[in-house]
Amino acid sequence: MYDISTYEEATTIQEALQYLKENPSSKVIAAGSDVLIKIREGKMAGASLVSIIKIEELKKIEKDKDGNIHIGPLVNFTQLEEDPIIREHLPYLGQGGGTMGGPQLRNIASIGGNICNGATSADSGSTLVCLNAQLTLTSLDLERVVPIGEFYTGPGRVDLKAGELLTDIVILRQDYEGYVGKYTKFAQRKSMDIATIGCAVMMKLQGRVIEDFRLAYGVAAPTPVRCPVAEAYAKGLTLTKENARAIGEKALEDVSPRDSWRGSKAYREQLIKVLAERAIWELANGGGEQDA
Amino acid sequence: MLKKITMTVNGVKRTVEIDVRESLLDVLRDKLGLTSVKQGCGVGECGACAVLIDGVSINTCIYLASWADGKEIRTVEGLEQDGKLSSVQQAFVDGGAVQCGFCIPGFVISATELKEKKQSYSREEIRRALSGHLCRCTGYQKIVEATEKALEED
Repeated sequence: MYDISTYEEATTIQEALQYLKENPSSKVIAAGSDVLIKIREGKMAGASLVSIIKIEELKKIEKDKDGNIHIGPLVNFTQLEEDPIIREHLPYLGQGGGTMGGPQLRNIASIGGNICNGATSADSGSTLVCLNAQLTLTSLDLERVVPIGEFYTGPGRVDLKAGELLTDIVILRQDYEGYVGKYTKFAQRKSMDIATIGCAVMMKLQGRVIEDFRLAYGVAAPTPVRCPVAEAYAKGLTLTKENARAIGEKALEDVSPRDSWRGSKAYREQLIKVLAERAIWELANGGGEQDA
Repeated sequence: MLKKITMTVNGVKRTVEIDVRESLLDVLRDKLGLTSVKQGCGVGECGACAVLIDGVSINTCIYLASWADGKEIRTVEGLEQDGKLSSVQQAFVDGGAVQCGFCIPGFVISATELKEKKQSYSREEIRRALSGHLCRCTGYQKIVEATEKALEED
């Protein structure tokens, strides 16, 4: 039996917002694969929960008339990987999500949960940061849109206010169109493991010249982070092995990895360099995944 | 915090009174006596508690029983038909894929999900599809082989 003090189950967004307003200290539970474990470990013991898993309207992936892609926060990672819109336009997001946990977890764990728990190791996090995902946060009184880079406020902390629910994850057309991308998860096991470093690269190429470049990491800082120094450096460079390596080196100016039992700071710095270099080189040679 | 839920369990509609704090694992084992569903790690890492929920393999230790209301649940108890093992079960027996057996119901559930998708899978894809289950006896080889064999049959 889980140590839960109150439990409400919403079937519509409106209902969930009502419950969250009535009990501002309550926590949202989506698929539960983080929340239930935190309750079991005692970190969230005695929590008041508002369950949203039965809200069907949060489980859709759609492309609107402007070409922006809307991902419902309750979309699970299996659905994300198999969805035709994601496969066509954001294959690297689906592929990256496919490295999360194992199959039974991906069959239920949600992309919104992956964002809202604020973990720097989230396997969708660095790609969504690269994509400049726009998060719609809704409460009974207000709706606001926050770019994901500003949503992360610290380790395990996000800018989700009492009474608010993440109701939409939007990838703007300008943020994906014409890009190739790749997410690399470096971990000790192929399954059921947490990234030692996660690395997301997106590039827009003009022949062999990098026209636009985006780079983000998980576990390289307290939150998933973009790399403005390396990105500015990369723009306009020609694709060569030396340049790919130099961009990876430059990324070290953007990150602040730590020692942990999973890997030392020095090891992570090495991964930060090498994973970017390899991904750039692979994308340069037609590997990786692209917007079709 | 009691509540009544109705779910179809191995083809039979069951209405059960649950506590909303209970996991589906607790309800299946303790209230419905379905002990093929094992509690291993209790935190969603080992896959011993997996069942098919609307045809999809899910770990029931981190799935609230309340969420199962209206769902179709299948466990290993429901796989055999008229005393005959399912093709996945038979392949595990024939292939010697079982040692202590504790993890096997979970593997059989995920292999059954694959079987019912009626697609073909490479050895690598089978390994990936079973990678959410831990087995401490077999080294996985015979489990993968048995699954491959079951998927080859009609």
